[in-house]
Amino acid sequence: MNFKTRLGLGILAFFTLIAVVGSWIAPYGPSAMSDDLLSPPSGAHWFGTTTTGQDIFSQVLVGTRGVMVVGLVCGVLATFLSILVGVTAGFLGGAADEALSMLSNVFLVIPALPLIIIVASMLPSADTVLIAAVISLTAWAWGARVLRAQTMSLRRRDFVEAARASGERTWRIIVFEVLPNLVAVIASGFVGTVIFAVMLQITLSFVGVVSLSTWNWGTILFWAQSNQALGQGAWWWFVPAGLCIALLGTALALINFGIDEYANPRLRKVRA
Amino acid sequence: MTFLLRRAAFYLVTLWAAITANFLLPRLLPGDPVQAMITKLGGRLNSDAMASLYILFGLDEKKSIWAQYVDYWGALLRGDLGLSFTFFPTPVADVLSQSLPWTLGLVGVTTVIAFLLGTLMGVYAGWKRGSWMDSLIPVTTFLSSIPYFWLGLIAISVFSVTFPLLPASGGYAAGLVPEWSGEFIGSVLEHAVLPGVTIVVSSVAGWILGMRNMMVTVTAEDYVLVARAKGLSQRRIMFAYAARNAVLPSISGFALSLGFIVGGALLVEMVFSYPGLGYVLFQGIGAKDYPLMQGVFLVITLAVLVANLLADVGYLLLDPRTRREG
Repeated sequence: MNFKTRLGLGILAFFTLIAVVGSWIAPYGPSAMSDDLLSPPSGAHWFGTTTTGQDIFSQVLVGTRGVMVVGLVCGVLATFLSILVGVTAGFLGGAADEALSMLSNVFLVIPALPLIIIVASMLPSADTVLIAAVISLTAWAWGARVLRAQTMSLRRRDFVEAARASGERTWRIIVFEVLPNLVAVIASGFVGTVIFAVMLQITLSFVGVVSLSTWNWGTILFWAQSNQALGQGAWWWFVPAGLCIALLGTALALINFGIDEYANPRLRKVRA
Repeated sequence: MTFLLRRAAFYLVTLWAAITANFLLPRLLPGDPVQAMITKLGGRLNSDAMASLYILFGLDEKKSIWAQYVDYWGALLRGDLGLSFTFFPTPVADVLSQSLPWTLGLVGVTTVIAFLLGTLMGVYAGWKRGSWMDSLIPVTTFLSSIPYFWLGLIAISVFSVTFPLLPASGGYAAGLVPEWSGEFIGSVLEHAVLPGVTIVVSSVAGWILGMRNMMVTVTAEDYVLVARAKGLSQRRIMFAYAARNAVLPSISGFALSLGFIVGGALLVEMVFSYPGLGYVLFQGIGAKDYPLMQGVFLVITLAVLVANLLADVGYLLLDPRTRREG
């Protein structure tokens, strides 16, 4: 494991820790108001306060959980769907493959953001778990496409033919012969999905279609934007949440590079 | 030709799927927000407008779902997308036709710039592997991990608030009338700089990385070795042998990542109050203006499909194998 991958895993572990303990170590309640209105970062308020005197540091800490939960739930759900569709399509071939590939390509080409905005704003209560489910429904297609291609290249290998000749059932060949060879692809697809889901969730919160009763980093940005934080020069209101998003995204991307380099040795760094 | 026909058929299916999703969503999801909106507007809707909203959102429950579907297609083919609640009483189709050119201009130009710039940088980074160009990768990764809209917010805070160099919102200066004059075009360009740069900076990293990794793979191929052995110039090997083959996945990926890029670009428009579809969508969200939101979705899908078809034509020109099949 190289330095980049370790750095990525380290940052991810840090945010996971915050997601677990964030609401206990937060110095203030995220929605609690105080008399320090719109004050810049100080000893009492590390990331400053909002126009109603809420502590932004506490909001970021508490909001981490929402972000990580959606990332995890979507990652698991969408990866499951992509394995189901991608591996089945690649392994079976023929008409089933045509239909399933068509389905995943349709999902890839249709712009997901406006569609999810419509769905989320029509739902009567768009809470965290429901949003995670809706995002998963649009996030599986890329993974399915990559898995299909990999499965197709495995399908005619000797060890699969041997299993087939010895009369193994199709699902058993898929689970015990094909899937173990796809672990790297599945892992990188999982990480990619988590990035996509986190970005989408934050975006949806920012535009205000997700319930604002639970905190996440996007909610902070929504309030910053709707209170004209920019025009008032309150940079501390939107900088911390944005940096957290970028850090988490970078960490996940670094982990993905590690997986790619593991799977494709040509990409590893050449030592001069 | 077979290749293009197959692709075109696929895009038609996709369009059908998008339209059908648009038809089914308001009927499947609980609640009747449009009915509530119609009730609120009361007598201000004339009977024609009322009828088209009933068709689009399935409020007429006496009809079977098939009859509703047929009516829905009829309304779409007439270009009737209902009335916008936000811009009442303007029809959605009119709102969209005013904002579409802004989005096409901004997103189209910036996507092409980002693609060309990123691909070119990826060619060099992959060709000269191990040089300083490799250190660009973590930087661009970080930039691409930032949500588009947040980068837009930072750009506004630095270049419009702290150092008032460029306008923070709108598509042209207030007080100007849209016309083909130097002053107006200059104002449009000035207003497009910040949102445009934001989109390019956030989307360029993906192209760099994809192209670099393909270049690294292609450089190890035998035909590149042969080209070197023949003593061709570095430039020629790099572009005519390696890059020409390495770019193919980027172009087929172009089609698939476009939907994602357009989503990000819509947000940039929201942040900059740019008069395109993204900002219209944003205003629609606030007012729960479903006819407008669904109209935006349909128009964007249509635009993405057309852009995909153009990317396919490019692929056809670059990869002779697709032509031989036909």
